[in-house]
Amino acid sequence: MSEVHSDPARARLARVRQLADAGRGMPGALLPLLHAVQDELGFIPEAAVPIIAETLDRSRAEVHGVISFYPHFRTAPPGRHVVQLCRAESCQAMGGVALEAHAKARLGIDYHQTTADGAVTLEPVYCLGNCACSPAIRVDDHILGRLDAERFDEVIDALRERAPA
Amino acid sequence: MTTRLYVPQDSGALSVGAERIAQAIGAEAARRGLDIEIVRNGSRGLYWLEPLVEVDTPAGRLAYGPVHTQDVRGLFDAGFLAGGAHPLAHGPTEAIPWLARQERLTFARVGITDPLSIADYRDHGGFAGLTRALGLTPPEVVREVTDSGLRGRGGAAFPTGIKWNTVLNASADRKYVVCNADEGDSGTFSDRMLMEGDPYYLIEGMAIAGVAVGATQGYIYLRSEYPHAHRVLNTAIERARAAGYLGPDVMGSGRAFELEVRLGAGAYVCGEETAMLESLEGKRGTVRAKPPLPAMSGLFGKPTVINNVMSLASVPVILARGAAFYRDYGMGRSRGTLPFQLAGNLKRPGLVEKAFGVTLAELLYDFGGGSASGRPIRAVQVGGPLGAYVPESRFDVPLDYEAYVAIGAMVGHGGLVAFDDTADMAKLARHAMAFCAVESCGKCTPCRIGSTRGVEVIDRIIAGTERGSNVALLNSLCDTMLNGSLCALGGMAPYPVQSALEHFPEDFGLDRGLARKTAA
Repeated sequence: MSEVHSDPARARLARVRQLADAGRGMPGALLPLLHAVQDELGFIPEAAVPIIAETLDRSRAEVHGVISFYPHFRTAPPGRHVVQLCRAESCQAMGGVALEAHAKARLGIDYHQTTADGAVTLEPVYCLGNCACSPAIRVDDHILGRLDAERFDEVIDALRERAPA
Repeated sequence: MTTRLYVPQDSGALSVGAERIAQAIGAEAARRGLDIEIVRNGSRGLYWLEPLVEVDTPAGRLAYGPVHTQDVRGLFDAGFLAGGAHPLAHGPTEAIPWLARQERLTFARVGITDPLSIADYRDHGGFAGLTRALGLTPPEVVREVTDSGLRGRGGAAFPTGIKWNTVLNASADRKYVVCNADEGDSGTFSDRMLMEGDPYYLIEGMAIAGVAVGATQGYIYLRSEYPHAHRVLNTAIERARAAGYLGPDVMGSGRAFELEVRLGAGAYVCGEETAMLESLEGKRGTVRAKPPLPAMSGLFGKPTVINNVMSLASVPVILARGAAFYRDYGMGRSRGTLPFQLAGNLKRPGLVEKAFGVTLAELLYDFGGGSASGRPIRAVQVGGPLGAYVPESRFDVPLDYEAYVAIGAMVGHGGLVAFDDTADMAKLARHAMAFCAVESCGKCTPCRIGSTRGVEVIDRIIAGTERGSNVALLNSLCDTMLNGSLCALGGMAPYPVQSALEHFPEDFGLDRGLARKTAA
């Protein structure tokens, strides 16, 4: 990442301003803008709200309301990798509930938490559309299917071995 | 001579290692000095055989699967590039009974072509529907869709042509076509497969809709859980525009149609059409009261066609082959085919496109091969998390919209999730209510509060607290949600709950008589 500012928080907000300006005039710009901010920064900083509100001519309450409505948006930085476990019926029918318990025990965290080493944030998800290869999980932008406890551990070990981004 | 192989790039196939297989095959061929070309196709839908590798031979495409990395060397040793025998060989792909017995109209090309090749798409009949539509008047296009008998594949089963006609007759300076690609139901993946495996088909369907109703802008509202489909659609739209199938002058007709993908953000309720419109407008995804219908006042207050991916991807074949061709499939008032999605505890899960009228028994046993665990199939949830649990005694009811309504169930999006006899139906009923509580948009009271109270009441029944009166209370609560909710989330969450209670009372600690007596 090319950081021109010495203060990362200020650099982030400068980037938010750029993205918001680019979205001005686009019909229904708020969700695409929030996605763009989160894709680049990993989360949507609290201080981005007034900038976005002002640029898109919406109230801060509205912007906050939208961010908090959608489970995908986060307001704090996640771990280096986000692991989502599918909790939907098809995965339940194929041992998803046991996998869920295993994952939490193995990582030592509950949903919406991050492991102490900062490697993994665990999130629930309702359906990844991989129901013919249940149970399924998502690791960052990759979907994995036919998971069991052993394979889950391999995936986590591989994530931890990978150098921090 | 170059041998052509097919290794899917569908995210389901990728989820079980298709990328590694493609790389391993490439490396092994290079090591042996063999000349091969690997096409990354969509999935054929035979997921139990994924990663499925196909080899193009003079005898047609031959299937090998499921291929693991350690099998690759052995496949080369067996001469699979020339169709050599191997334990993973299944012969000609098209002759595999699971595939041969299907009636693929919407999925005619998925798994066969290179999803992003426009030339491949055209060579397999692509854009024939749009070409014909551009030669007809808008009312003629709408009539063709109406006459085909196509009904909304997203679950509500409203006649597509009637919806289009309303938008056609609405006068406005701007109209929209919105594709609902927020395929959030568990057990459904046909939208994803089609978007990843044959994206031009959806684009063509949307362009036809635009031409038919006079809309110049389309949006695909795609769920954020589908990152791969997102990339494929964006590339396909870019290429379609460059080739003149989208843009200011669609196929030289002088008519404009622009298309853009917008991402959802994990809210299940945004699959409800009015919540989706709110989301597209950059708001919280709360449900709108109807009327006005979106066909009159939809996106940004303009007349809007909203259709599911499968509905729009049924349109090109209707235009290309004519309404009668499509209408000849099916039964009763359910015309055409439905891509059923076999999921959950099944030996051979995947996508089975069949005409309406097929039964669960055929899908679960003839296609699905029974349960993956080898135990008896106890219940099947049909039509997503808000669909009823269907017990074995109903497995012979034909899958037809009206026949399913008659047994208190719904066909919905055609997703089937099978459970074996270890399933705890009381826990699944509780899950349905808890799901509704989490996903409720909060706008109407029956859904927002009712779902939370529903979880509590089910907990009391499971715990054995005043079972009789709590069952009566639960049924009364379900009645309120069913009749008083603003949309299908609260309005249908009672289906899985009450069907579980009716058919599997023993799981709630009830005897059969009590559950039936107090059922609504």
